[in-house]
Amino acid sequence: MTETTPAAIKLRDVIRAGRQVENHSPWARAVINHEDWRQAAASLSDGQWTLLGLWAERDQVHMAIIDGGDLGLLSLPCEDKRFPSVGQLHPPAMRLERAIRDLWGLEPEGLADTRPWLDHGKWPPATFNDVAHEAPPLAARDYAFLTAEGESLHQIPVGPVHAGIIEPGHFRFTANGEAVVRLEVRLGYVHKGIERLMQGASIERAAMLAGRVSGDSTLAYALAFAHAIEAAHRIDVPPRAVWLRALMSELERLANHFGDIGAVCNDAAFAMMHAQCGHLREQVLRVADRCFGHRLMMDRVVPGGVERDLQRDSEQEVHSLLVQIRKRFPELVELYDNTASLQDRTVGTGIVSSALARQYGCGGYVGRASGRAFDARRTPGYPPYDRLQFEVPVREDGDVDARLWIRIHEVEQSVALIDQIIRQLPRGSIRDPAQTVRTSQAHEGVALVEGFRGDVLVWVRIGADGNIERCHLRDPSWFQWPLLEAAIEGNIVADFPLCNKSFNCSYSGHDL
Amino acid sequence: MAVILDILVQLGQLLLVLLLAPLLTGYVRKIKAHLLRRRGPDLIQPYRDLHKLLRKEVVLADNASWVFRTAPYLIFATTWVAAALVPTFATGLVFSPAADLIAIVALLGSARFMLALAGLDVGTSFGGIGSSREMMIASLAEPALLMIAFTLSLLAGSTQLSSVATYMAGPAVGLRVSLAMALVGLVMVAIAENARIPVDNPATHLELTMVHEAMILEYSGRHLAVIEAAASLKLLLYLSIIGCVFAPWGVAVAGEGFAAYAASLPAYVIKLAAGGFLLAVFETVIAKMRVFRVSEFLGAALMLALLAALLLFVSRGT
Repeated sequence: MTETTPAAIKLRDVIRAGRQVENHSPWARAVINHEDWRQAAASLSDGQWTLLGLWAERDQVHMAIIDGGDLGLLSLPCEDKRFPSVGQLHPPAMRLERAIRDLWGLEPEGLADTRPWLDHGKWPPATFNDVAHEAPPLAARDYAFLTAEGESLHQIPVGPVHAGIIEPGHFRFTANGEAVVRLEVRLGYVHKGIERLMQGASIERAAMLAGRVSGDSTLAYALAFAHAIEAAHRIDVPPRAVWLRALMSELERLANHFGDIGAVCNDAAFAMMHAQCGHLREQVLRVADRCFGHRLMMDRVVPGGVERDLQRDSEQEVHSLLVQIRKRFPELVELYDNTASLQDRTVGTGIVSSALARQYGCGGYVGRASGRAFDARRTPGYPPYDRLQFEVPVREDGDVDARLWIRIHEVEQSVALIDQIIRQLPRGSIRDPAQTVRTSQAHEGVALVEGFRGDVLVWVRIGADGNIERCHLRDPSWFQWPLLEAAIEGNIVADFPLCNKSFNCSYSGHDL
Repeated sequence: MAVILDILVQLGQLLLVLLLAPLLTGYVRKIKAHLLRRRGPDLIQPYRDLHKLLRKEVVLADNASWVFRTAPYLIFATTWVAAALVPTFATGLVFSPAADLIAIVALLGSARFMLALAGLDVGTSFGGIGSSREMMIASLAEPALLMIAFTLSLLAGSTQLSSVATYMAGPAVGLRVSLAMALVGLVMVAIAENARIPVDNPATHLELTMVHEAMILEYSGRHLAVIEAAASLKLLLYLSIIGCVFAPWGVAVAGEGFAAYAASLPAYVIKLAAGGFLLAVFETVIAKMRVFRVSEFLGAALMLALLAALLLFVSRGT
C-alpha cells in the first residue's frame, strides 16, 4: 500500500467533486474538468493511484483508476478532439493514448511520442470509427524505432513472422554483441476491430465477441463482460451459475499455467517438463470438454448465468482430475527445483523491479513475481471468492524463476479452490431467465476479473435500445509488454525467448 | 585383385557412413521421443525428409552470392570425406594412411569455416548471430580436439586413427587416467560440435537461441538437404571416433576377409546405437546452457585434454 501523505488526493473526493454519471455501476464514474484530469495524471505519476485503463469514444476519454481499495472512473469531455496527455507524466498510459489517437482521432496533448501504435497504415478507410483521419496514417515503413547510440551497437529485427507458430509481433533489439541494450516491441498486427464490431451489437453477439478477444483467456473475457452487463442492468446471477463460473475460471487458469510452466522449461531445451506439463494440460482440457462441452469453455459464460450446467457425473471427473494433479504435479515441481541446469537459466534472468511493477500496475504473475500482491479476485473481489479460502502468492525476485514459481503456487491454489467449489456447489437454476432489460436510458457497467494472465477490465455502455453502444476490453498485457522491454535490458539476446515465455503476454488481447 | 577388393571395401565404408548417418539421427530422435513418452517419427523419417528436400525448389535470397550456393556442397563433401576416413568396422583400409586425426580436425574445420561464411553471406541478423556464436564455440572446441589428438598420439605413437585403434585394442594400453580425461573431453567436444543440448538445441524454433540452425536458416531445397546430411554425417563421425578409439572391440583388420567384416559390422552398429542412446538420455535430463556458459563448458574440455596430455608426460618421465 502506498503511504498516504496529507497532500495525497483521494480518488473518492475527486469523483465527488466531479459530475457523477447516473446508472453507472458498480463503481462511480465522474465527468471532470481539464484541471482535475491533469491532477489525476499527477496522482498517477506520484504512485498514489494505479492506472487500470484508459480509453476513448467519439468525444470523451475515460480512465479507470484504483486508489488503495477504491476503484473509480474519471471522464473528460473533449469537444475539440484534444485532451491533456496522461502519458507525458505517467509512462504506462503512453501506448494507450497512442491507441486512442489511432482508433478515435483524439489527440493527447503533450504526448511526446507521435508515432501510431495499432494502426500500421493498412486499414481500409471504412473500418475507422467514423473518424475522418485528417492526416493519412503513417505508412508502416516510416515507423521510427527508438534509437540507441554508441560504438559497435547493431540492430536485430525479429518478427513479425517467427520461426515457430506463435502470434505476430515485431521485436527490435539494439545489441552490443550478445548484450541487449534496448528492446522495442511493435504490436498491432492482429488488430481485429473487436470494439468497433461491438458497437451496435446485441448483448448476445457482443458476449461472443468478448470471448474471442484472446482465445487462451476466453473465459476470463466472457466473465468480465458478463459481470459488466450484469452490473449495468443489475441482474442477479443464480448462485449455482456463480459457482460454476468460478469452477470454469480455475480450470482455465490450471490449463494455461500448466502450458506455461512446460513452455518456459522447453525454451531452455528441457523438453521433459514440456511433455509432462502438456499431458496435464490436456487432462484439464478434456475434463473441461466433458464437463461443459468445450475444451476452452468458449461461450459457456453468458450475461445472466452460464450457458450449460455440469454434465452428469462430471463432478466425479473433476475430482479424479484433482487426484491426478495432486499426485503428479509435486513430482514435476521437484524435477524443476532439482535440475540445476534449468535453474541456472531461470534464476536471475529478466528481472522486473518491484518499483516498475507498481508503477505500471502490472497484474498477474508478472506483477506478483515482483512484489505487487494484486489479485482482482481479492480487490475489488467478486463472488464466490469471498467465500473461498485461497492465498495470493507473491515473490520479490522478479526473475523468470519467480514468475514460474508464482504459476506453480497458483496451480496449487487453483486445485484447492476447485476442491472447495466442487464441495460447496449449490443446486438450482443456472441462468436468469430475465430477458434484456429495455429502458429509456443508457446503462453503464464495469468489471475487473482475474484471468490467468492478470486482471481483465471491461467497461460497457448499453444504449436505450438494449444494444451495446460502446464497450472497452483492456487486456492485462497492456501493462506487461512494456515491462518485458525493461526486463530484457542487460540480458543477452539468447535469453529473450525465455523471458518472453515467462511473461507470455497476449498479442491478440492487446491488439484487440 | 587384392587391391581392387581393398578399394571396394573402402568404397563400401564410404557408402555405409552415408547411408547410416540419417538412420542414426532418426534413432536419436526416436529415443528422445520415447523418453518423453511420445511415439516419435519413424526411424526412416530423416531419409524421407532428405528425399523431400532434394525435390523441392531452392529459394535463394536476392543478395546470395556464390559462397552461399557452393558452401552446402563443400560442407557436405568435406564432412563426408572426414566421416569415411574414420575406421568404422575395419582398420587399415586403403585410405587409412590419410585417416589422420589432425586431417580430420582440419576437414571439419574447413566445413565449419564455409558454413560460417554462408551464414554471413546473405546478411540477415540471424545468420550473423549464428556464425559469430559458432566461431566462439569453434575457437574453444578445436584446440580441445587437437589436445585430445595429441594425447592419443603420445600413447599410440601415431596420429593415424587406424594405428590408435589397433593400439587401444592391444594389451599394452591398460587403465589410464589420461584416457578417461581424454574421453570426457572428447564427448564434450562432440556435443558442442554437433550442436546438441546443452550447447545448442537441434529441435528449437527460437531464432534467437539458435547456433547451427541460425546459420542455415536461409537454406532450402537441395542445399538444405546436403547440409542436413552433413550434420548427420558429423554426428556419426564423432560417435565412430569415440567408438574406434575408446571401444575398439570387434573391429576387423583389413585383409581378414569378409567373415571378419561380417562380424565387425554388427559390432559397429551396436556401438553407434549405444552412443546414440546415451546421447538421447543425456539430452533429455539437461537443459540448454546460457550462450556464455558454453565457453566454460568447452574450457573444461580443453583443460581436461591438456591435463590428460600433461599426465602422460609426467608418467612417462618417471
